[in-house]
Amino acid sequence: MSKKPYKLEARNLNAYYGGFHALKDINIAMEEKAVTAFIGPSGCGKSTFLRTLNRMNDYIDGFRVEGDILLDGRDIYNKDIRVDELRKEVGMVFQKPNPFPKTVFENVVYGLKIQGIKDKKVLAEAAESSLRKTALWEEVKDKMDKSALALSGGQQQRLCIARALAISPSVVLMDEPTSALDPISTAKIEELIYELKNDYTIVIVTHNMQQAGRVSDQTAFFYMGELVEYAKTKTMFTSPKHERTQNYITGRFG
Amino acid sequence: MTNSELNRFKDKAFQGFGIFCTFIGLIVLAIFLINILIDGLGRIDWEFLNNLPSRRAHRAGIYTAWIGTLWILVLSSVVAFPLGIAAGVYLEEYGKKSRIANFLEVNISNLAGVPSIIYGLLGLEIFGRVFGLGGSLLTGALTLALLMLPIIIVTTREAIKAVPRSIRDASFALGASKWQTIWFQVLPASFGGILTGVILALSRAVGEAAPLIVIGALAYVPFAPTSPLDEFTVLPIQIFNWISRPQAAFATNAAAAIIILLLITFILNGIAVYLRNKWQKKVKW
Amino acid sequence: MRVQERIIEGLLWLSAVITIFVTVGIIWVLLSESLTFFSEVSVLDFLTDKQWTPLFAEKHFGILPLVAGTLLTTAIAISVALPIGLTIAIYLNTYAPAGFRATIKPMLEILASIPTVVYGFFALTVVTPFLQTFIPNLAGFNSLSAGIVMGIMIIPMISSLSEDAISAVPKSLREGAYGMGATRFQTAFGVLVPAASSGILVSIILAISRAVGETMIVAIAAGQQPRLTANPLVPVETITTYIVQVSLGDVPHGSLEYRTIFAAGITLFIFTFALNNLSFWIRKKYQEKYD
Repeated sequence: MSKKPYKLEARNLNAYYGGFHALKDINIAMEEKAVTAFIGPSGCGKSTFLRTLNRMNDYIDGFRVEGDILLDGRDIYNKDIRVDELRKEVGMVFQKPNPFPKTVFENVVYGLKIQGIKDKKVLAEAAESSLRKTALWEEVKDKMDKSALALSGGQQQRLCIARALAISPSVVLMDEPTSALDPISTAKIEELIYELKNDYTIVIVTHNMQQAGRVSDQTAFFYMGELVEYAKTKTMFTSPKHERTQNYITGRFG
Repeated sequence: MTNSELNRFKDKAFQGFGIFCTFIGLIVLAIFLINILIDGLGRIDWEFLNNLPSRRAHRAGIYTAWIGTLWILVLSSVVAFPLGIAAGVYLEEYGKKSRIANFLEVNISNLAGVPSIIYGLLGLEIFGRVFGLGGSLLTGALTLALLMLPIIIVTTREAIKAVPRSIRDASFALGASKWQTIWFQVLPASFGGILTGVILALSRAVGEAAPLIVIGALAYVPFAPTSPLDEFTVLPIQIFNWISRPQAAFATNAAAAIIILLLITFILNGIAVYLRNKWQKKVKW
Repeated sequence: MRVQERIIEGLLWLSAVITIFVTVGIIWVLLSESLTFFSEVSVLDFLTDKQWTPLFAEKHFGILPLVAGTLLTTAIAISVALPIGLTIAIYLNTYAPAGFRATIKPMLEILASIPTVVYGFFALTVVTPFLQTFIPNLAGFNSLSAGIVMGIMIIPMISSLSEDAISAVPKSLREGAYGMGATRFQTAFGVLVPAASSGILVSIILAISRAVGETMIVAIAAGQQPRLTANPLVPVETITTYIVQVSLGDVPHGSLEYRTIFAAGITLFIFTFALNNLSFWIRKKYQEKYD
C-alpha cells in the first residue's frame, strides 16, 4: 500500500484551560482519506484535541493553545486563517445529535445559506446529494419540510453528518457520534464512516474500543493529556507497545 | 389528645389555612370583578367607545383615551423592543463575565426596582424639558419604553439562556460567525420566550398611570391625538380622573372603562401564557 | 464580514449601555433639581419639620408626614401580604399536588398584573364602604383599605419568590425531616422555612420596595392630607401621592413648589434603592453559601 500524504498534523501542541494543562506536547500526523480514531479514558484530552482541529475551543474562556496544527501544511492557528473558512474545510459531528429546531431541508442547507447561497435549485441539489451520501435521502425525501426534531435519533445524527458534508469539507471530525444511539443506528453510522473515507479525511473520538477497531485505519491512545501511542489500528489492538495501552484495550481500566 | 394526635391536627389545620390563603386573594378578586361588571357593563356601548370626554357623565366616552393608549403602546414598543432585545443579546452572548457586564447586570436589576413614578420624573425633565417634547405622546412613550426595558432585557436573557450549547456548536462548526449563529439559530429558537417577555412588558405599560401623569399627560383632552407630538390621555388616567369625581355617574363610567382596560390586560397576559406553554411544549431538546 | 460583525456587536453594546444612561439620568435629574431645592430649604428642616405644606401660604417642608404615610400604608400592606403569601408558598410547596400548583401559580400572578388604578377603585368603592360597616369612624380616604388592597396586590410577589426559595432547599434536608417522622407542618416550619429564610427575606424586602413606590392605589384611596400619624383610619398622604398631586395641579416650572416633587422623588428613590441593593446583597451572600 502506497503511503498517503498527511492531511492534518500537530506539532508540539500544548493546550490549557486556564491553569490546567489539558494537552501535553502532542505530535501526530493523520493521513488523507483515512479514518483516525482517538481513544482513551474520560478526561484524557482526546475530545479537547479533536476540538482544537477546527478551533471549536476558541469560545471557551481561558483556553489557549501553543504549538502548531497544520492542515494541508498551513497552520490553522495562524492569524491569517479565518475561523469560518477553516470550519468550511473541517466539518464536525457531535456526541448528541444536534439538529437545529427547523425543517430537515433548512438543516442541510444552513451551511450553504450562511455563505450567501440563495439559489433554490443549487440548495435543493446540494441537500439531495448530501442526504444521499448519508443514505438518508430515501427516508426523508418526503419530509423535507417537516421538523428535523421529528426524526429518530439515528436519523438525526445522519442528518447532522449530511449537514456537515453539504459545505464540502475535506475533513470531518466526529466526537463520539454514536454514543447516544442504539446498536442498529450505530451500525448504520459505522457503515457510513467506512464509505465516507473514500472522499473525506475522518477523525473520530470514541469510547467504544470495538468501534475503533471496526472503523479506523489508525488509532491514537491518549492518557492524562498525553499521546501515549499512535499506530495502525490492527497493530495497536494486537500488539500494543505500551503497558497502559494494553491495559486500556483489554479493559483493565477506563 | 396525645402528642402525635396534636401534631396531626396542626398539620391538617395548616392545610386548611393554606387552601384558604390560596383562594382568598382570588375570591376577593372575583368579588371585585363581579362588582365592576355589575356597575359598568351596562354602560358600555358603541357611543361610550366613540364619544369624546365630556363634563356630563352620560355623554362622556373613552375615545380619546383608548386611542391614546394605542398610540402609546405602539410608540413605546418601537423603542423598547429592539433596544431591550439587543441589550439582552449583548449581555447573554457577548458581554459575559466582563466587568462592565457585571455592572450592567446590577444596574438593570436596580432599574427594575425603581418605582414607575420616578421614571415619570425622568421623562418630565429629560424628554419633556431638555428635548422640548412637553407632555406629548412621544414623551410618554419614551418614558414607558425605559420602564419596559428591564423586563424585556431580563426575559430575553432567560430565553436565550435556554437555547442549548449544542445548537450554537453545530452552527459554529458549519462555519457560521457569531452573529450568524445568533441571528439564524439563537434568536429563532428563543423567539417564543422573548415574545412572552415583550407582551408582559406591554401589559405592564398599558396599565401605567403614574409616570404619565407626572410627565404631564392630561386628564381632559378634547380630541384624539393624530401625531406623536400631540397631547394625549390614556385609559388609566381617564379612569383615575373619573374616580376622583364625586358624582356617582362618573364612578359608573370608571367601572365601564376598567372593564375595557382589564380586557386588554387579560388578553395580553393570556397571549403571553399561551405562548409560554406552547413554546415550552414544542421545543424539547 | 468581520467589519459587519464588529458594527453589530457595537450596536448591541450600545443598547446595553443605554441602561446606564437611564440610571445616570434618573440620579442627575433628581439630584440637580433637589440640590436647588435644598439651597432654599435647609436639609435639617426637611428631615425634622413635622409639617409638609409647600402648597399653602404658610410653607413647611418637613418630609416626615409623607414618609409616615408611606411607611404606614406599606406596613399594612406587608402585614396582609406576608402571612398570606408565605402560607401560600408553604402550602403549594409541601401540601399541594403538583398539578394544582401548576394551575394556581399563574392564576395568582393575575393579581400582580391588574393595573393599580383598578385596585385603587376597588379600595375606594368596595373595601372602604365594607370596612365602614364595622369601623364606623373610618374616614372615606384612609390608609387601612389602601394598605389592605396593596397587600392583596403583592401577595403573588411574596408567594412566588418564597416558593422558589423553599423549592431550592436541598431535598436531603426535607427527606431527613420526613424520615424522622415529622409531619409536613413540622417539616415546613422546623426545617424548610429556616433553611429558606434568606430567600424569603429577599421576597419581603422586594415586596416592601414595591409597596413604598406604589402610587395609584394610595393616590386614589389613602387621601391627600400629609399627616404625621400611625392611625390607619384617617386620610394620609404618601410620597408618591404628593408627586401625583403636584403633577395634576398647575405649579409653574422652576418654582420652589415644582422642585418639591424632586426632593420627594429623591427621598423615595433612596428608600427603594437601599431596599433593592439590600436584597441583591442578601441574595448574593446566600448563593455563595449553597454553592
